Amino acid sequence: MKNAEEKWEPKILAFLCNWCSYAGADLAGISRIQYPPNIRVVRVPCSGRVNPYYIIKALQRGWDGVLVSGCHPGDCHYISGNLVARRRFAVLKDLLEYFGIEPERVNFSWVSAAEGEKFANVVTDVVKEVKALGPAKRLVKR
Amino acid sequence: MENFEDSIREVAEKLLRDKKVDLIIGYEQGTLPLRTTPCFVEKLEDVKKLVWNASCDANLSKYVVGKKEKVGVVAKGCDARLIAVCAVENQIPRENVVVIGVPCQGVIDRKKIEAKLEGKEVLEAVVKDEQIKVEGEGFEVVLPKKDFLCDSCHTCRHRNPPIYDVLIGEKLPQSTDKNEFAEVSSLESKSTEERWEHFKEELSTCIRCYACRNVCPLCYCKMCFVDQSMPTWFGKTNDLSDTMIYHIVRAFHVAGRCVDCGACTRACPMAINLRELVKKTEKIMKERYNYEAGLGLEEVPPLGEFKMEDSQEFIK
Repeated sequence: MKNAEEKWEPKILAFLCNWCSYAGADLAGISRIQYPPNIRVVRVPCSGRVNPYYIIKALQRGWDGVLVSGCHPGDCHYISGNLVARRRFAVLKDLLEYFGIEPERVNFSWVSAAEGEKFANVVTDVVKEVKALGPAKRLVKR
Repeated sequence: MENFEDSIREVAEKLLRDKKVDLIIGYEQGTLPLRTTPCFVEKLEDVKKLVWNASCDANLSKYVVGKKEKVGVVAKGCDARLIAVCAVENQIPRENVVVIGVPCQGVIDRKKIEAKLEGKEVLEAVVKDEQIKVEGEGFEVVLPKKDFLCDSCHTCRHRNPPIYDVLIGEKLPQSTDKNEFAEVSSLESKSTEERWEHFKEELSTCIRCYACRNVCPLCYCKMCFVDQSMPTWFGKTNDLSDTMIYHIVRAFHVAGRCVDCGACTRACPMAINLRELVKKTEKIMKERYNYEAGLGLEEVPPLGEFKMEDSQEFIK
């Protein structure tokens, strides 16, 4: 058992917007920047496309963390998708924290297509924080 | 209170007689003590059924949503605020509704009386001069009304309806200086672990009857996310995870819309303190976007707009 715990690696579900963060992740890749391989990427057209249900459902399904990443404010391909998303995520994050879900499990970031390095840093941070928390238990449906 | 009742009847009669409305929604005496039930008056002779007292706790705005005919509705401060929210959301055509605003001094929480009486049955109750006299088999007690009001009423800052067409009586002073978020703040000061344990315990009794949803005027979706099966977002079981998610998402859905009328808490058969779940959304909206729901018809719901300078300290 101890061995299994030591070997545990968090699984992070990442929703990346097609126009910025996904390209940022791509840049991190082609620039050969190293970052932990714990994320699984879902490409979405815009961070505004991410329904709060997705985040909650991921937590219920046992993902150890969720990362939603989009374009910087003002850079949205659809003008304001990320600004709408920002309010939604602010409320969701506050609410989940209030209900007792560890805030480190739900993450948001702005990463542009030119920020391969930032993307790697964000993922490294998220993985580090989630690792410190251990496997998700609270909302997971057994 | 007595003359409020007379004024309500008078106004209702006039509205019906002048054909300003086809229907009046108000309260009538319930069959049990300390209870009223919603009353739908279409005929002049039924106007006398209408009552007004401290047990008029139902949020009548629920019945206005989706009505095609012209209605007159008796509305306390919180009811009127919800009519405003629903009008902003295009669920109530404002011109079709005559809001009979009633300044409200708070409604009685029957659960508190039941708890006080430790299960003894109330057979008769009279509310007079800030006192509730309850009688049952072999007992008679007089309770001070102010201790048995709903929690929402204790901290209510909008006792007067912000929107109305006819006002019954005179506006009340906005007296309370109590912190409406005291409960939420005390929970916030705890650790995440403690909060999780608290809500786990609180919600473990939830039987998923959806009374809280059905009573809420804001829950007007034709298909609720918990009833949806294609796709099935979240389970319908009373597994802790499913129950928790139901309550989280319900709170999220009323964020920026809830006015803390307390209907969900009163409707809950398991006496879950639903107020502390949804009150947080109100606090978030106030702190982040300086927004209070239902104060006017020109407002834009906070999740329906955005500003470039919105707070984003949580974004990496």
